[in-house]
Amino acid sequence: MGQITLSKVTKKFGEVEVIPPLDLEINDGEFAVFVGPSGCGKSTLLRLIAGLEDVTSGTIAIDGTDATGLVPAKRRLAMVFQSYALYPHMSVRKNIAFPLKMAKFDQAEIDRRVEAAAKVLNLGDYLDRRPGQLSGGQRQRVAIGRAIVREPAAFLFDEPLSNLDAALRVGMRLEISELHNRLATTMIYVTHDQVEAMTMADKIVVLQAGRIEQVGAPLELYERPRNLFVAGFIGSPKMNFITGAEAARLGAHTIGIRPEHISISPSEGAWKGTVGVSEHLGSDTFFHVMGTGLAESMTVRTSGEVSLRHGDTIFLTPQEDKIHRFDADGMRIA
Amino acid sequence: MATKHSRAASRLMISPAVLLLLGWMIVPLSMTIYFSFLNYNLLMPGAHNFIGFDNYKYFLTDPAFTTALINTLVLVGGVLLITTVGGTLLALLLDQPIWGQGIVRVLVIAPFFVMPTVSALVWKNMFMNPVNGLFGWIATSLGLPPFDFLAHAPLFSVIMIVAWQWLPFSTLILLTALQSLDSEQMEAAEMDGAGAISRFVYITVPHLARATTVVILIQTIFLLSVFAEILVTTNGGPGTASTNLTYLVYAQSLLQFDVGGGSAGGIIAVILANIVAIFLMRMIGKNLDA
Ligand SMILES: Nc1ncnc2c1ncn2[C@@H]1O[C@H](COP(=O)(O)OP(=O)(O)OP(=O)(O)O)[C@@H](O)[C@H]1O
Ligand SMILES: [Mg+2]
Repeated sequence: MGQITLSKVTKKFGEVEVIPPLDLEINDGEFAVFVGPSGCGKSTLLRLIAGLEDVTSGTIAIDGTDATGLVPAKRRLAMVFQSYALYPHMSVRKNIAFPLKMAKFDQAEIDRRVEAAAKVLNLGDYLDRRPGQLSGGQRQRVAIGRAIVREPAAFLFDEPLSNLDAALRVGMRLEISELHNRLATTMIYVTHDQVEAMTMADKIVVLQAGRIEQVGAPLELYERPRNLFVAGFIGSPKMNFITGAEAARLGAHTIGIRPEHISISPSEGAWKGTVGVSEHLGSDTFFHVMGTGLAESMTVRTSGEVSLRHGDTIFLTPQEDKIHRFDADGMRIA
Repeated sequence: MATKHSRAASRLMISPAVLLLLGWMIVPLSMTIYFSFLNYNLLMPGAHNFIGFDNYKYFLTDPAFTTALINTLVLVGGVLLITTVGGTLLALLLDQPIWGQGIVRVLVIAPFFVMPTVSALVWKNMFMNPVNGLFGWIATSLGLPPFDFLAHAPLFSVIMIVAWQWLPFSTLILLTALQSLDSEQMEAAEMDGAGAISRFVYITVPHLARATTVVILIQTIFLLSVFAEILVTTNGGPGTASTNLTYLVYAQSLLQFDVGGGSAGGIIAVILANIVAIFLMRMIGKNLDA
């Protein structure tokens, strides 16, 4: 079980209110991802849930019981830190066994669980090494191992992959998703990586300055962003925003169209511009189109190779049904 | 120093310093060794004839020698115990966010800047003196007879004085070590269900092992040669109750004017210090490996 409910939670550091009143519900077994720009309070929120910081007001309930005043150890949550926070003077085995030892399990049970965790995480060969003798990915696995042996109600991850290189990241991302499928335990995962958020989450929580901008399934956020911030934050490359007459024509203050929802043509289309920088990824090509008079630069995505060169004239046509409309306050017009 | 070339260059560059240090050490050491084989007493002018190991024999069979050896070890051990345990506790205290932290830290370091003779005299006259001292006054105002520390517990008193001087050193080093402890590690332990005492035992103490080793090694070097504190307080007495090896060598060569005997004592002290160093490195040196 691992249902977490935050109601009217606030957090102040001195006079600065980092989290204004916030309500959030995370269901049992869910994979929730917190995303948002740097400094928006993702880590703070996670630490509030973990109990490493005290809430200024509001309540946090875990499985229906109030846990606001509980010390971290009593909340039955396990956390994986960005810096791994392994105990450097203990072997991998001792690191993983530490929470069990603190919970006074008997030695046979400790051994059994450590072996099981090591097997799940492919750590069998490293059990007697020190953390200092492991690679980043292996350390990350030890940190996860230390979290899973206790069979917690929920896992908290604070940017666990940000110290890894790109290839390893992809691998670990899959492993964590795999682990979630197998354990079916609630996981809360902080990241500022788009792809991690979109691919891993059951539910994405978009934060800005401590406020929740939108909560929803990845595709829901992609297809129906509630406001300009979410529209700009979710999706890569970013959505194009157009204001002025073109937006007014559709009865909106701002309209947004994703780069993948614009088709291009060298001869005819709705908007005319010139090709600026083009980024060739092989599978896709991104064109940055200048001089359309709509926005400073429009990004367009086409699949495969298209032979347009810098300075060539290009015509853009948006897919009408994929245009997002926003009012003057930046809220979505349904 | 990765390449062969840079290694060679570095050897060349440090060689003058090494040679200078070597000369600095070798000359007095060889003169001391030379004197230790002579019958050389300042009160007896004339030929300083070669007498082999007799000086060593006299020094080692002197009943004061065993006492001095034991006193030296007790002094070193006692001060190390007080300073490492006390230093750790003080460092833990100073690591807490308190009002006026800066001033408190300066105050804690202050004893280290007081010269040994001065601090020993302050302790002797203002604290431990049974008539004028603070401790005596406290005892009498409680209706107890004052305790004459230097007369009845001379070695203990010297240990207290020296420990007071060295406590800031260990506190300071342990405090820096404590501050370098990754706070996420502590939080991880907290999440893992470790209480305050478990966190101290399993996280803090192992983290402090290296710093403690440094404290012990450095202090041992200096504590083996404690002298000024003994000279100005107890003069090694009563009898030889607070005489350590350094003081015994001093007494031999400068109070009895026996240069030969004193030199032999000095050489023996050097050998014993090295034995202690070897033992220490065996015991705790592995903490220094990364
Ligand atoms: N202990 C603290 N004291 C004062 N302010 C703090 C403290 N911890 C965090 N803050 C402030 O709270 C805000 C949110 O910080 P937080 O670490 O939660 O951001 P974040 O979303 O995790 O950012 P990042 O993606 O860079 O990790 C920041 O403005 C930060 O300066
Ligand atoms: Mg953070």
